[in-house]
Amino acid sequence: MSIWALPAGLKLADYHKTASSQHTTQTLIPQQGERFIIPLQQHTGTKPHLEVVVGQYVYKGQILARPQDKISAAIHASTSGVILAIEPHTIAHTSGLPDLCVVIEADGLEDWGNSRFPSLDYSHTDLATLVTRVRDCGVVGLGGAVFPTDIKLNVPQPIPTLILNGAECEPYITCDDRLMQEHADEIVAGAKIIMHMLQAQVCKIGIEDNKPAAIAVMQQAVETAQLPSIEVVTIPTIYPSGAKKQLTYILTGKEVPSGGRGGDAGALCVNVGTARAVYQAVVKGEPLISRYVTISGDAIKQAGNFDVPFGLPIQRLVDAAQGATVTNPVLSMGGSMMPLPLHSSTTPVVKATNCVLVRTPPKPETIMPCIRCGHCAEVCPVNLLPQQLYWHARAKDLEQTERYHLFDCIECGCCSYVCPSHIPLVDYYRFAKAEIKTQRETRQKAEIARSRHEFRQERLERAQREKAEKLTKHKTTLQDSAAQTSSTSPEMDAKKAAIQAALERAKAKKAQQAATETSPIPENKA
Amino acid sequence: MNPNYTVAQVMQLVLLALIPGIALMLWFFGWGVLTNLLIACLLAVALESLLLYLRKRPIKPFLSDYSAVLTACLLALALPPYAPWWVIAVGIVMAIIIAKHLYGGLGYNAFNPAMVGYAALLVSFPLEMTVWPVASGGFGVLDFHSTLLQVFGSGFSGWDAYTHATALDSMKTGLSLHQTPSQLLQTQSMGLLGGQGWEWINLAYLIGGGWLLYKRIITWHIPVAMLLGLSLFASLFWLYSPDNYPTPIFHLFSGATMLGAFFIATDPVTASTTPVGKLVFGFSIGALLYIIRTWGGYPDAVAFAVIVMNMAVPLLDTYTQPRIYGQRRGL
Repeated sequence: MSIWALPAGLKLADYHKTASSQHTTQTLIPQQGERFIIPLQQHTGTKPHLEVVVGQYVYKGQILARPQDKISAAIHASTSGVILAIEPHTIAHTSGLPDLCVVIEADGLEDWGNSRFPSLDYSHTDLATLVTRVRDCGVVGLGGAVFPTDIKLNVPQPIPTLILNGAECEPYITCDDRLMQEHADEIVAGAKIIMHMLQAQVCKIGIEDNKPAAIAVMQQAVETAQLPSIEVVTIPTIYPSGAKKQLTYILTGKEVPSGGRGGDAGALCVNVGTARAVYQAVVKGEPLISRYVTISGDAIKQAGNFDVPFGLPIQRLVDAAQGATVTNPVLSMGGSMMPLPLHSSTTPVVKATNCVLVRTPPKPETIMPCIRCGHCAEVCPVNLLPQQLYWHARAKDLEQTERYHLFDCIECGCCSYVCPSHIPLVDYYRFAKAEIKTQRETRQKAEIARSRHEFRQERLERAQREKAEKLTKHKTTLQDSAAQTSSTSPEMDAKKAAIQAALERAKAKKAQQAATETSPIPENKA
Repeated sequence: MNPNYTVAQVMQLVLLALIPGIALMLWFFGWGVLTNLLIACLLAVALESLLLYLRKRPIKPFLSDYSAVLTACLLALALPPYAPWWVIAVGIVMAIIIAKHLYGGLGYNAFNPAMVGYAALLVSFPLEMTVWPVASGGFGVLDFHSTLLQVFGSGFSGWDAYTHATALDSMKTGLSLHQTPSQLLQTQSMGLLGGQGWEWINLAYLIGGGWLLYKRIITWHIPVAMLLGLSLFASLFWLYSPDNYPTPIFHLFSGATMLGAFFIATDPVTASTTPVGKLVFGFSIGALLYIIRTWGGYPDAVAFAVIVMNMAVPLLDTYTQPRIYGQRRGL
């Protein structure tokens, strides 16, 4: 089978995968009294609607929050215990701001109660039921984007090719590597379910050639399952071949159109971990409440992989890896190319946590001006001109950044990595993207407010106009009738004269009153 | 493997790549090359510090980026050896103050600083700028004492005897006197391929440039396009009339061709940055170089060609954006 070479990307000198990939994954088992901090926002989309209260006992796998918009995901209890609080807590987010979390004190029983869903025979189940199941189980993309999987799999037209992403191009992360070695059969079973849902003809599992063990095990699993439509494809080790658009190109030669969605290229890319989660949701009826997490970095004693229930603090993971080797390690989530700095070790592990890096504090690098060397453009897998984007983002010329295709940037970090001036380029792009989004929202809001105002204005005018019309109509009818009556009845004239006389009397009385009121002043003066 | 350099490392590697060329220039011209380099570097570093201080910029990181030293070296190598100190000083002031810091310092200058310095000198002091010593070899023409006299003093009395017109100069003059290139190539200032000595110097810069390509400091686009532009025009006219136009080889190995192609036109700050833009940029420099050399008022024209094309860079960069992933083809 042929593969297509990425036009650019990074061939990295240093990979740090051996340290963490050689050990079997250990499962972190909740201890009695241990606190789980489960954020409601663990995915891309709207925050789900809370369904539990403080003091309530929850079973393992019980739903804590239900999706309330189209793009949203369910959150479940990752252990059994009592809800101590529902309060804001530090979460893994760039802003470092706290967000609403459900705090559970584990009873150590790991009691599922009856929160498992019944097993489904996918081949005899319709798409809607399968999609609902995936949604009920809170399955999101585990490659890092945490986009709700039910949305991704609920497509009207068949998608001919399913791509399973086992590339794992990041130089530190090995959780997918271990997952493929340890649960190949479940991943393949998940792939079958997804193929059924998409009505896909073929499935290609892309794995970088630096993971021979995973490739062998996956090939074995595919052979055992006797599925000729599924193929394991070895791809060259180059960063970022594991980005979904890039992997789609490598395996199919087709590009996802700019601004389009995965399926638009006739191929949908799903992470191997997500495929397993789909299997667990459909066949085992288990919601997504844990994941494989790599812990690595130069300041961790025993790098490795752990199956971590969501909500356990990062510190628990660090302890499980026998702690840090330095007193003030720098913690970050995600790989080394685009790390998300963690401000506290009490930050909980969430659905997006594929890796925790524990590293010695880096030597601060002086940021120099851009010398336009163009190394960034040479490595950009999207073929952007990062130096031009940087120039315009820095000048806050947002219109120009869009003209230079800012929104096609996949934020892989290749440009920042090679920049001789150590400019944090991706931070500038993220800033510009956020700024443009805010501007669009403001403009949209202003637009709504304006149309509302215009509508109100028009309504008022219309009301006034109608009133005026009514009045004139009324007047004319009155005049008409008056003209009719004046000409016909003489007693009307008498009435009018009487009114006139009464008015004059009132006037005279008023004038007299005014005279008596003003009179004391001259008297006083006298 | 992708390179992961710092700005200082980039500049240092370019400086290292100049060494073969500098060594050969020293061999052919002697002490004067060294005085050019030393005076230029010292002045450049002093002025850079002063300007950084005046502009309230951190001095240490910017001084240790080697960009001022590199500018100084490129200018010093473009000047005739044994140039009087004040000529070098004016050039450095133009390069560092006017062309670099008044535009905002490293990364913000629109024009190649070394070439701005060179062009300013060429139009201000045409006499001093066109007097080149004979490329005699054997470490030059003047001893150390005479060098000092020539550079810092009132001038060395017998200097005229050691100078001559460069190959490009004599070719230009000779052709205007209706001599043929093949006749002119037999004269004293000529070598095997281009100017005497100059062919080897150009070869040395070509090797240095090749090393920069190998180290991935520069990409092939600009030098290849520039040499292609020059050769294409030279070949066309030479094929049309070999009696009136010298061979493309002569153009490639004379004057500042290779220094310009690999070290000057490739200055990232002032060059185009898109692949297509780089090709247009390089090719146009090559074409302009030929046009000015052949029909213009100056024997060599790297500085003017580069400066003219520097002006076109913003336009080139805007209209030569590469097709990005997922964008429709043919747009």
